[in-house]
Parts: sequence; C-alpha cells; structure tokens
Amino acid sequence: MAQFTLPKNSQYTEGKTWPKPAEGANLQAFRIYRWNPDDGQNPRIDTFYVDRDDCGPMVLDALLWIKNNVDSTLVFRRSCREGICGSCSMNIMGKNTLACTLGIDDCDSDTIKIYPLPHMPVLKDLVPDLTSFFAQHAAIEPWLQTQTAEPETEWRQTPEERSKLDGLYECILCACCTTSCPSYWWNGDRFLGPAALLQAYRWLIDSRDEATGERLDNLHDPFRLYRCHTIMNCANTCPKGLNPAKAIAEVKKMMIARAV
Amino acid sequence: MAEAKVAPRPLSPHLQIYRWSWTMAMSVAHRITGVALYGGIAMFAIWLVALASGPDAFDTVQWFFGSPVGYLILFGYTWILMHHMLGGVRHLVWDFGYGMETVQRINMARFTLVGSIALTLAIWAVAFLFF
Repeated sequence: MAQFTLPKNSQYTEGKTWPKPAEGANLQAFRIYRWNPDDGQNPRIDTFYVDRDDCGPMVLDALLWIKNNVDSTLVFRRSCREGICGSCSMNIMGKNTLACTLGIDDCDSDTIKIYPLPHMPVLKDLVPDLTSFFAQHAAIEPWLQTQTAEPETEWRQTPEERSKLDGLYECILCACCTTSCPSYWWNGDRFLGPAALLQAYRWLIDSRDEATGERLDNLHDPFRLYRCHTIMNCANTCPKGLNPAKAIAEVKKMMIARAV
Repeated sequence: MAEAKVAPRPLSPHLQIYRWSWTMAMSVAHRITGVALYGGIAMFAIWLVALASGPDAFDTVQWFFGSPVGYLILFGYTWILMHHMLGGVRHLVWDFGYGMETVQRINMARFTLVGSIALTLAIWAVAFLFF
C-alpha cells in the first residue's frame, strides 16, 4: 500500500523569512524548500524577497539573484539556462518544470512556491537524488542494437522513418514527467516511469534498431510497463511539450500487436 | 579519510504540493468508484438473497431501498456506476492511442464527470417518469 503522507523526517516546517532587499523596491516573494544534511533538522520553507528591478525575467534568474544577494547557501542545479540541459527541473507552483524556461510573470502569483521534484530523496535544498532515475534509463538500453553487418557508410533511414522519432528524441531527461507520476511515486522501485518508457519507445520505433523483440520482452512486466494507468501528469507537465503517456500507449499497442 | 556522516535523506513532498489536474483527479475518482462498486455489488447480492428467502425478507429489503436513505444510496450508486463506466470507456479510447493530445485529454476527463452526472440524472428521471 502506498504511503500518502510524508515520513517523520520529511515533514517540513515554517522556516526563516529573509530580510527584504530595500523599501519601496518592486518585490516578488518566493517560498523555497530548504534542507541541510548537516544540521540534523527537518526540511523547512524559507521566504525570500527578490527585487524584480534588479533581476532577470525567469524563475532561475530569481534563484540566482537570491544566491548572489541573500543566501549563498541556497542549493539547486542549473547549467544551460535555455531549456536544453534539464538540470534546473523542480516543482514550481505545484507543477514540475524547468526554472530557466518559466517566467516569473507567468507564475502569476504573489508568492511563488518552489519544491524539489516530488517524491525523491533530497540531497540538499532543491537537489534530488536522481540515481535510480538514470539507472532506469540505462535499463531500457538506450542505444542502437543491430545484428546485420554494419553498412559501409551510415545506417540509412527514409524521411518517413526518421519522422517517427519526432516528439521522442527531444527528451532532455530532466525527470519532470517521471517525478510527476503518482504511479511512480508509489512504485518507483519497479515501475520504469514515463521518461524511461518514452526512451524505450524511441528505440522500439527506430527503423534501424533490430532488437525490438528483446526490448519488448524486457518491458513485458506488470510493473515496468503496466504500472502506467494513463493519469497523464507526465504529458501535462513536460517542459518540452512531449507526450510520454502516448508513447507508453504505443508500447502497449506493440505488445498486443505481437501477441495476436 | 573519515567517512562523512550523512543524515537520512528526506522524501520531497508529493501529493501535499502537486497541483491537481483534471486527468489526475478523474484517475483517482476512477479508483475510488471502482472500490465503491464492490459495496454496490454486495447491496445487489443482499437484494437477491432477500428475493430468494421469501416475501417477508424481500419486503424488508424493498422497504429499505424505498426509504429516503435507500434512495440516496441507490442514487449515489448510480452515479458511481456511470462514472466508473465512462472512466472505463475513456481508458479504452486512450489504450487505442486516441484522444491523448492536450485539449482532448482534459476534455475527456471533464466529460467523465459531466457525463456521469447527466447520465445519472437521466436514468432517475426516466425511472420516476415511467415506473
């Protein structure tokens, strides 16, 4: 049975309210999840005020502004700041997305709430442990597998065959979809989750790949694939606009197609 | 080098903070109505057992289902059945890979709720008007 409440050490409390930068400034409030592995305390929610006149437009800009001007110990992942590395994925205003591609104005809120990706072990503040997420990606063997002799040049595809990878290859493995999925919350140890399954379909549908049968065998399991109950949080939350739920439905259809 | 002492990692909040969407809410409702249907089947079984047991038992059960509380239970059960049925149809359509784009999936989830209420009212209207 799934545990719907948080374990004792994970229940968060009211944290510190940090001083406002200056009177009369154009301020935006942020409520941010904090946890420090070194102080032995439970997680807490800190309140920060960001001077919008001194800060860039995106939520990531605000996090960097806080780190530069208010509390340098605030920890989060970030790299490309343009939605292609997938590092700054987090839960903003109740939805998983990338902090770098979400505008502060788009949050449309007096108080913007930021948590780490849901139902994950927290390393510090907004940084979750993604070890099992990447292990699940590795488990679907995300590389081209062939038996026939390698061609002299490249493996050829027609434009039609190539177009089947559109909407799949764009995944940046930010883990927004997988950590938005209630099935993954309750069975994340055995269910592969939407991101890994979208990648599985990306290789199943690749005209050059010759391991389709083995790949399907590997997924044919009550948990790995069939824990998907089309809740659709994955498709609702993907910051790249992809549709893992549809990819999973296509995998299930392939399972049936080969059985009949 | 001495091993650093690491505190047990907390689990990040999930249900507590995740914003509800139509598809998520209707998925939960599908589960709940599915469980509730077991209760409905038990109710139906009681009615059948009473029918088999003789006129006295049957009258008692008929009286209960004809009382205001009985009507309320039956009305609720009708809605639960309709909701679960439309949810099942929705999942069937999705399993064929249709209706999964953004607007479609949200409208289909909304339709489960609106359609189940409309069907329930229609069934009871027909029941009252013609029986």
